Parts: sequence; C-alpha cells; structure tokens
Amino acid sequence: MSWIDIGHIDEVPLRGARLVKTHIGCIAVFRTAEAEVFAATNSCPHKGGPLSEGIVHGQSVTCPLHNWVFDLNTGEAQGADAGRITIYPVRLEEDRILLDDSAVTRRSAA
Amino acid sequence: MKQRLVVIGAGMASGRVLEHLTDAAPDAFDITLFNAEPRGNYNRIMLSPVLSGEKTYEEIVTHDDAWYAARGIACRFGEKVEKIDREMKVVEGANGHIPYDKLVIATGSNPFMIPLPGHNLDGVIAYRDLEDTQQMMGMGPNNKVVVIGGGLLGLEAAAGMAAHGVDVTVVHIMGHLMERQLDEAAGYLLKKSLEDKGIKICLQANSKEILGEDGKVRALLLDDGTELPCDLLVMAVGIRPNTALAQEAGLATGRGIHVDDQMVTSDPDVFAVGECVEHDGEVFGLVAPLYDQAKVAAQALLEEDAAFMQKTLSTKLKVTGCDLFSAGDFAEGPGREDIVFRDPSRGVYKRLVIEEDRLVGAVMYGDTADGSWFFGLIKDGTSIEEMRETLIFGPAYQGGDTADPLSAVAALPPEAEICGCNGVCKGEIVEAINAGADDLDAVRAGTKASASCGTCTGLVEQVLQVTLGDDFQMPTAQPICGCTDLTHEDVRRLIKGQELKSQAAVWQDLGWTTPNGCHVCRPAINYYLLTDWPLEYQDDPQSRFVNERKHANIQKDGTFSVVPRMWGGITTPDELRAIANAADKYDVPTVKVTGGQRIDLLGVKGEDLPAIWSDLNKAGLVSGHAYSKGLRTVKTCVGTDHCRFGTQDSTGLGIKLEKILWGSWTPHKLKLAVSGCPRNCAEATCKDIGVVCVDSGYQISIGGAAGMDVKETELLCQVPTEDEAIEIVMAVTQAYREGGKYLDRLYKWLGKVGMGWVQAQVVEDLENRAALVARFELSQSIYRKDPWAEHVKEKARTYAPIADFTLEAAE
Repeated sequence: MSWIDIGHIDEVPLRGARLVKTHIGCIAVFRTAEAEVFAATNSCPHKGGPLSEGIVHGQSVTCPLHNWVFDLNTGEAQGADAGRITIYPVRLEEDRILLDDSAVTRRSAA
Repeated sequence: MKQRLVVIGAGMASGRVLEHLTDAAPDAFDITLFNAEPRGNYNRIMLSPVLSGEKTYEEIVTHDDAWYAARGIACRFGEKVEKIDREMKVVEGANGHIPYDKLVIATGSNPFMIPLPGHNLDGVIAYRDLEDTQQMMGMGPNNKVVVIGGGLLGLEAAAGMAAHGVDVTVVHIMGHLMERQLDEAAGYLLKKSLEDKGIKICLQANSKEILGEDGKVRALLLDDGTELPCDLLVMAVGIRPNTALAQEAGLATGRGIHVDDQMVTSDPDVFAVGECVEHDGEVFGLVAPLYDQAKVAAQALLEEDAAFMQKTLSTKLKVTGCDLFSAGDFAEGPGREDIVFRDPSRGVYKRLVIEEDRLVGAVMYGDTADGSWFFGLIKDGTSIEEMRETLIFGPAYQGGDTADPLSAVAALPPEAEICGCNGVCKGEIVEAINAGADDLDAVRAGTKASASCGTCTGLVEQVLQVTLGDDFQMPTAQPICGCTDLTHEDVRRLIKGQELKSQAAVWQDLGWTTPNGCHVCRPAINYYLLTDWPLEYQDDPQSRFVNERKHANIQKDGTFSVVPRMWGGITTPDELRAIANAADKYDVPTVKVTGGQRIDLLGVKGEDLPAIWSDLNKAGLVSGHAYSKGLRTVKTCVGTDHCRFGTQDSTGLGIKLEKILWGSWTPHKLKLAVSGCPRNCAEATCKDIGVVCVDSGYQISIGGAAGMDVKETELLCQVPTEDEAIEIVMAVTQAYREGGKYLDRLYKWLGKVGMGWVQAQVVEDLENRAALVARFELSQSIYRKDPWAEHVKEKARTYAPIADFTLEAAE
C-alpha cells in the first residue's frame, strides 16, 4: 500500500469535507469534529448526491439530496435505507492527509 | 296513534329538545315548531364572534331547513303565537290553530331595557338577536357607540365593535366590570386589557337620560353631567324571562315559568325549558343548564326517568386576548381564606377561595389553563388539605409528577366536565373515542364537546391524546430528532433561559445523546443560537444545509443555481447585460424567471460559483438568497410611478423593505410582496408578509402561503405612514424569528401563537414593538451583507477540489 499526500488537515473544515478528483471518479475526504479523517466515494448510491456537500455528524455523513445517512467507518447506510458507499483507506501523518494510492490510480473501475 | 307535540320558540334550548327527541324516538311525535323570528335555530352564544368578524352567521346556524325537513318537523317561522288554550289543548298562531297532546314552551327571555327617558329613540337597541348584531356590525371607524352594562354580554358587544375600529364607551354602574363573575383585582386587569384595545370604560356611572335629535339617539347623559355622544346605544344590562304567553294561559309563574325537576309546568301536559323558566327559585342565562334542561325535557316527554339539577357554573369571556375564568363563590367572608398569585409582568392573576379545606371559588385572569381542574375541585368538594401548599400552581404540581398538562387531564375523573357549553364530561368523550372517534372532528360530531364556543378544544385534544396514546400524535410534543427528548419549543426556551451560547453548551447542558447532533437538529440549533445571540454566537456553516453553506441551490445533478438580487424586482440594462455575459461565460444551460420576479441561472458547476459571483458583484449584483431560510424576495407592482390605479409608491416601499430585511435568517423562507392598490397585482395576500397600499395608508397582513398549503393572509393592522409600515414589518419578522420553530413557515407560527398575540406584541404595545425593531437591527448589523463577496474573498479555494489527479495524469 502506498500513500499519496493530498493536503494539510486544516484545509478540510471541522465537520466538513473536501473533494479529490480522480480518473475513476470523485472521492470525498471528510473530517469529523476532531483531527480525524475518512475517505469515501462522493456519490450517494441512491441518486448520486454529492456526499462532500452533506452535513457531517459524529462519524457519519448525511447526503444533501435526500438525507440518506452513511457510517464513515463501514460505508453502510443507516436506518431504513439499504446501500453502502465505498470507503478508502486514509490516514494522518503530522497533520498531512495521506490517501491510499489505489483509490486514485486504480484503473479497473472503467 | 302518534302524539301531537307543539313547540313554541326555536332557540338553543328547544333546539336541543328536538335533537334529543328525534334521535331517541324519531316516530313518537308529530311536531310543529313556532318561532317569532323568521328563521330557525342558531347558536346565540356565537353572536359575539359574528360581531367581531371571526365567524359568519352561516357558520353559527345549528339547524337549517334541511335538518327540520329530514326530521319531519313542521316549521311555522315568523309566526307569532297569540294564545294557548289549555282547556281545548290548542295553540292559536297568527295563521291558524293547531291542537296538541304535549306542549313545550321555550319563549326565552327579553332583554331588560332600563326605562330611561329616551329609551324609545331610534338607535337604542339591546344585544339579543341577529338583527341587533347586524345593526352593530353596521358601525365603523367613524361611529361612536355607548354600551350600557359591563357584564359578559356588554363587554362582548363592546369588544366586537372595537375590533371594527368603532369608538366604543362602556358605561357600568358598579365599581368593577363583570362583578358577578370577577373580583376587583381580576376586574381591574380586564379593564386594562379592554382599554388597551381602545375601549373607554366608565365605572360607577349612573345613566340619567338618553338624548336624541329628530327621533334618533345623539348621546347618553350621566347624572354627573357628562355627555357621551353616540350613533348607537346598546343596552346590555340583563334579561327577563319571557312569561307573557304562559301567564295568560294561567300557568304558575314567578320570575319565570315554574317548572319541576322534570321541566313540567303546573299543567302536566305543558313543559317549559330555557331562559323562560324558574326552577327552585333560580332563572337561567348561561347555556350549560339550558342544555341540561333540554335533555331532561326530552326524556320526560318520552316518559323516561330524568331530573334536572342545578350545578355550579363557570364562566369564560369570548373576547380575543382577554383570558379569564371564574367559578363558584368568591365573596370574602368569615371562615374563608384566599390564596393569591400575581405575576404583574405577564398580567396574570389567580385567586382561590377556600372554606374548611374545600375550594369554593376560583378567579383567574391571564392564564386560565388550569380552570377546569379547579372547577372540578369545586364541584366535587375535594379536600385540598394535602395539596394546599402548591394548589395555586395547578394540577401539574400535584403528586410530584412532571409538569405535563396531559397528566392533569389523565388525572381527571370520568365525570369531570370538559365542555361547559354542552355539558359533556370526560367519560362521554372517552366512550366516543373508544367507539371509534379518533380525531377532534369525530369527537365533536359524536358528543358536541367543543362544538359551541370552542374554548375547550385544547382539553378535548388532550383527552384524545391520553385515551389514544401513541395513536394520537400531538405534533408539538415531538422531540426535535433522535439526539434528544426535547422539543423545539423546549430547546428555544432553554437556550434563552440558561443563556446557552454555543452548540457545545447545548449538547452538554441539554444532554444530547450524540456527540454533535445530526443533520436534523444541527441546522435548527445553529439557527436558534444565531437569532438569540447575534453578537456572541458565530454562525456555523458546517451546520447548514449545503444551499446555505454554498449560497446557491443544489440541483439534482449536483450543479447549482445562481439568483442575483433585484431589489423589489427592479433591474437595469447594465445588470441584465452582466447576467447575460455571465450566462455565456459559464455555459449556463438554463436561464429562467422565478415566481418572485428574479432571474435564475441554473446548472452552474460548484467550482465556478466564486468566479460567477465575482463577475456579478462587479456589476453591482449581490446574492439573492434564493436558497435561504431567510428573506427571499419582496415582490412589487409598479405602484404610483406608472400605474393609473396605484395609491402609494409600492415599488419604492418594496425596495426599502428588501434593503432592510435582506440577509436576515428566519425559521423558514420569508417571502414578501407590496401591492400598490387593492387590485393586488403583486399577490401580496398569499405571502408570508403582504402589504396592500390603500388611499389612507398601508394594510399589513401576514401568514399567507402558496405552496403545499395555500392560505390567504390575515390582516395584522393598517397604518397611515410608510415609516410605520416598515417598522411593523421589521417587528413582526423579529417576533417570528424569536418565536418560530425551525422550519415552520410564518403561517404555522401564527397558528400557534394566534393573531391576537401578534397584534398585542407588534401593533398595540409600542414599547415592545420598538424593542423588537432594535433587536432586529442589532442582528442585521452582523447579517446584512453579501455572502457572495465574502466567499469570493475568503473562501474561494474551498469550492475547488483539495487535490485533482485528473490534471496530473493529463500532463
């Protein structure tokens, strides 16, 4: 597994998200109320809503289009909705956000 | 063979007799109904709401022609009964005789007219029937009216006319108003609130003479020499049982027609009910005992066992904004003790009279929620020894339970009376609910509870809630979301009361079960905090829905719409050119004109937002907030600038309002409109706040909607100047901001607090109005600014991806 530096943690707002563009689609990088980050596909399995625009609460995000809620640890939809989003490995090293290289360069998705 | 029943008088008592009779035994009698008034039965106690304009006559008709027809009742309306011949058992009407086997006399009462000199003048009336009401409704802002009598009826008449802007003076002979129902302190508070409504009140005033001119009333002269000019004089000093027919027929009468416990007169085939009777030395004026009598009479006619019993009565006044309740006996006396509670700032007064550990009387003003509980204690003679310390605080404080109004209702015994007008007790309502009546309308239809004056509607709902449990949802009792058990109302109150000024303080002190809320509660809490503490609390974009965080409306494909503000719907060729250029430059696929008179650029990519805003800013265009729970647009017509019908500068006022209100956050979106004349081209009467200009000023109405619900606005007030109109709009906006539940449109908030409350806060109480305006201005000193310019300057970077590997790969 190799890690790619995508930016400083302060570039992602507390309880917010930023977008990473890749050839295989957009990835959302979420930050909770702590120095804690998650990465997942930006697209909601329901109607493709941009998850990086959602409200981040606890370790979950709510899709802005129709309020589906996803657990950022597992990617599973919460409550009555059924579905999941792909979660990508991401970690923090001295305040830098490192994303797993496979999320960015994997070519099989095409 | 069917018996022949004749009924004289189609009033509320006899109407109820006929209902019971035809329900229980549809074929027992051939019924003929005489009425001197040319109409059937209507709900006479609702004449006051008709007078004040809250109801129409059609709404208070209880029995229409179809009802009588369906029950086979022969109606002889507008026909006076001349005589009752008891020997022949015949009633002689003006148009012919009719024989009877049984007779019911329900001739009601006559208003008592004080025989002052001049009482026969034109324009001297009583307050008794529809004709009197219509005469009063004919009065307007240019008329003066004097009402003699400061009792229930006189005050309802006065308040009803004052609501139409009539200059009303009430003349009362006693030292305080409603002295039969209220003590002096409550009478004082009542006088104050009526005076706040613009009604003049003269106490201890003796009328001497009614002065006239050309046979028409001109003024009332008091014996201290004061002359009160008037165009109409209403005497509401009392009623007298109408016993004339019965007396001539030789029936036993005193003050009223004597009846026994079965409502039978001195002739076993003749019954009497209602205000014309005297039972055990008492005569009757309130509706509850009349309905009891009607029930007994119907049962007696069917030869069932029944007996009428007199009960303790309670009184409420049907004047919007004057909340009073009295029951029992509250005169001072040896062996009697008082418990008194006063809250001067809220105008609340409660007094309980206790005799030998029993509650014997209660008077309440300003907060009457516990009235029926106290009334129950009085009627049942419950010992209050144990709860004496906390009695005055009501049922919520008894037994150490939570302050839940439902527990008070749940604790009521089955025979506790819920609806005083119709004498419906809790047990009957519960029975109806168990038989399938699962909402208010069904209970009303089945039991008549809350179907007359309606003041017990809340109680009936609570009985429904207690009985049905989870099947009946009172929307207000819902917690905000799964993160808390508190309701929106609780949280608003606690944020203010405990001075919670950050989200963290709310989560911690109010015991949130999640670390930082969820997408449901966070936007609400963020809104409450920024409204209540505009200086101390910093708006949190991460607690906002994406539209408000990015100041643009997200579309289904993830692109955004951009709506620049056009003040009052006015634009210029330069602005239009800037919009057109921006649409070209950013490949905007759709350009649309919105319902609020603005131009919408749809399909803008999220990362282009700062750039397109920057371009629009350069042409002087700012955010139109088309995405916000806040001020949207002020729609206008062209007004006096161009229109031949315009009465005021509606466009100018619209622009001013928009410039004052823009940027403000509200519980839900806020749409305004200003129309230059009553033709209302700007459609102001379906907006949250609408202004319709008229020759004499500005009519401000609120609470309209044209979405999922379509509602017409209700008139808040009319003011003469533009400055005052602006002030009122600011004040009502602030009141809604401070009180509304997040995501309640203005009309929903209005439905909860009531127009009377809003008028008191915003129109009548000038000091409070000024305070609301000042708080709004304070908040606007932070929020009246263009978020687009700010984001272009400080946040543009956040609209772009944090990293873009598609570019790297392309290199």
